[in-house]
Amino acid sequence: MSNQQLYYLDQLESEAIHIMREVAGQFERPALLFSGGKDSITLVHLALKAFRPGKFPFPLVHIDTGHNFQEALDYRDQLANSIGEKLIVRKVEDTIKTKNLSEPKGKFASRNALQTFTLLDTIEEFKFDACIGGARRDEEKARAKERIFSVRDEFGQWDPKLQRPELWNTYNGKINKGENVRAFPISNWTELDIWNYIRRENIDLPSIYFSHKRDVIEHEGQLVAVSPFIKLDEADKIINKQVRYRTVGDMTCTAAVESTASNINDIIKEITATKTSERGETRIDDRVSEAAMEDRKKNGYF
Amino acid sequence: MDLLRFITAGSVDDGKSTLIGRLLYDSKSILIDQLEALEKQSRNKEDGEIDLALLTDGLRAEREQGITIDVAYKYFSTPKRKFIIADAPGHIQYTRNMITGASNANLIIILVDARHGVVEQTRRHSIIASLLNIPHVVVAINKMDLVDYSQDVFNNIVIDYAKVAKTLDLKDVSYLPISALKGDNIVDKTESLKWFDGDTLLELLEKVEVAKDINLTHARFPVQYVIRPQTEELHDYRGYAGKIISGIYKKGDEIIVLPSGLTSKIKSIEIGGREIEEASAPQSVVLQLEDDIDISRGDLIVQNINKPNVQQDLQVLLCWMDNKPLIAGNKYLLQINSRTVKSIVKEIEYKLDVNTLEKNYSTNSVGLNDIVKATIRTASALPFDSYKDLQVNGGAILIDETSNVTVGACMIQ
Repeated sequence: MSNQQLYYLDQLESEAIHIMREVAGQFERPALLFSGGKDSITLVHLALKAFRPGKFPFPLVHIDTGHNFQEALDYRDQLANSIGEKLIVRKVEDTIKTKNLSEPKGKFASRNALQTFTLLDTIEEFKFDACIGGARRDEEKARAKERIFSVRDEFGQWDPKLQRPELWNTYNGKINKGENVRAFPISNWTELDIWNYIRRENIDLPSIYFSHKRDVIEHEGQLVAVSPFIKLDEADKIINKQVRYRTVGDMTCTAAVESTASNINDIIKEITATKTSERGETRIDDRVSEAAMEDRKKNGYF
Repeated sequence: MDLLRFITAGSVDDGKSTLIGRLLYDSKSILIDQLEALEKQSRNKEDGEIDLALLTDGLRAEREQGITIDVAYKYFSTPKRKFIIADAPGHIQYTRNMITGASNANLIIILVDARHGVVEQTRRHSIIASLLNIPHVVVAINKMDLVDYSQDVFNNIVIDYAKVAKTLDLKDVSYLPISALKGDNIVDKTESLKWFDGDTLLELLEKVEVAKDINLTHARFPVQYVIRPQTEELHDYRGYAGKIISGIYKKGDEIIVLPSGLTSKIKSIEIGGREIEEASAPQSVVLQLEDDIDISRGDLIVQNINKPNVQQDLQVLLCWMDNKPLIAGNKYLLQINSRTVKSIVKEIEYKLDVNTLEKNYSTNSVGLNDIVKATIRTASALPFDSYKDLQVNGGAILIDETSNVTVGACMIQ
């Protein structure tokens, strides 16, 4: 590799490592938000590059909605174990009980919004001053506007009109008591960059990212996995399809795509040829309104 | 495949959003669901054409008001390059947001309306490009369809702009006639502009050489974090983690730590636990040194040649970014790469008119978006370079210690 022409994945990798080390250097009690999805798995891989042979200067934190895919949970535990880093799990179920929250209703009752309560409680419990997240700017319009160091008030709220200027590669992590920063090292990566990086670095993924047989129902053109968390009614036809997941969120708000791609090369081929965006194809929750993500972020969502 | 970061700045009606929409659309980077959302939103428009501008404005307030307030980042790639677009507002009121987007750009596209030629906004954006030292400038003369694709109109604007470029000492300037709305000369050459024999915008973006903009002669390594495993087998391991912002480091090189002036030799260079012989900007690495000397976050590791300045008094061009005015004599934190020091803005020499470049020596009120020449004194010696010579070690931010907000951007002279 010539020095003059660092491959673009190397540049993205170096930028992400730089951001993680800024978090480690500027904050007392950071955390890495880990969901078991490919983006946060990539973050863990980048953290290994940033901090080994030392330990991570932060724990992995998983906000467990109780609606996760079992494959993602198994992967999570096995990964934390194999790298020997601390994993903190906090359950939305417990927040619902202790805070007397109302469970969401409807066919695909999603705990996505309730997650924010548990996240904010966890931040308070451990006094986290910075949370590293795997959000990417190509995912969605509101994310495209967010800074790499995004300051949140004591309610976790994002104020898009009051963002700090963020110049060069200089990140201002100074905050007042009670505030915290969400730091996004892979802001400038696209979905395809993530897949290309996973292939290049040979990163292991949960099995649901690859083609498998699954019972699903078809709902408004999307394939939703049959699980105890969705309500089936008489009109629903359960079909067994060859599918894979393009994103991994809750079973209630993530749709599968029909696919026979059983390895990374085939997945990259499919994504390169696809005509639908990642969120458009697989997220049931973003379809609600044009500004769904902006509203959730203003309320403390990561 | 490498990476190009560019910025497009513009305000309502000058076609910036349409241009970005066109680049994404014609390079097939827009997907069906995004297009459907777009069609739904465009339905109210009279001509029924898809409004490509709607692709870029991400916040509710922006869509409601039809303006760009903050920078949005957009991504697309061709087989040759990955592109990161900073889509920034062009209005003077949002200069600080434009500067945020411009600070990392390899290239700026300055949009000129063919009907109006070089106007105040063109000059302002060019001044910002020059202040921030953006290496490559593309002057895109847009809306050629509204001047009958006239070659004379184009040539006259080129002559006008060349004067601006000369005053501002802009180095690499290219000129293009385009119509973002009709798609002329963006991705494809069209019949309408057949008199123009240069590249299309996309061809130009793919060709611009950015690798040579990275400085490989002045070694600068700001220490971000010290790795100390403190395990039995790695008892004495001390690794200095950071990103090489310029220059090349080799195993065995003699180094100097600034501002302390301590010296040592590089014992090893690692990337992700793997040892390498040599590393260069912009790689993130871990350095181990031969000697056990005192180094912590904020120190700068350099070599014995092409050393930076180390001093406490800085002459800066300062862009003020806060709603509260800048007052000479106030104290701020100054952050340059990983180093943060206390500082005082001692003197404000003049204010720069960003529309005309005139110097105004009446400086009693310095407000949001004003650019001034100032003297700053730091509490301890600071290693830095001149922004013009070595941008990566010459740009600093000012932080208000009471609000913690970033209030100023300094280009050290």
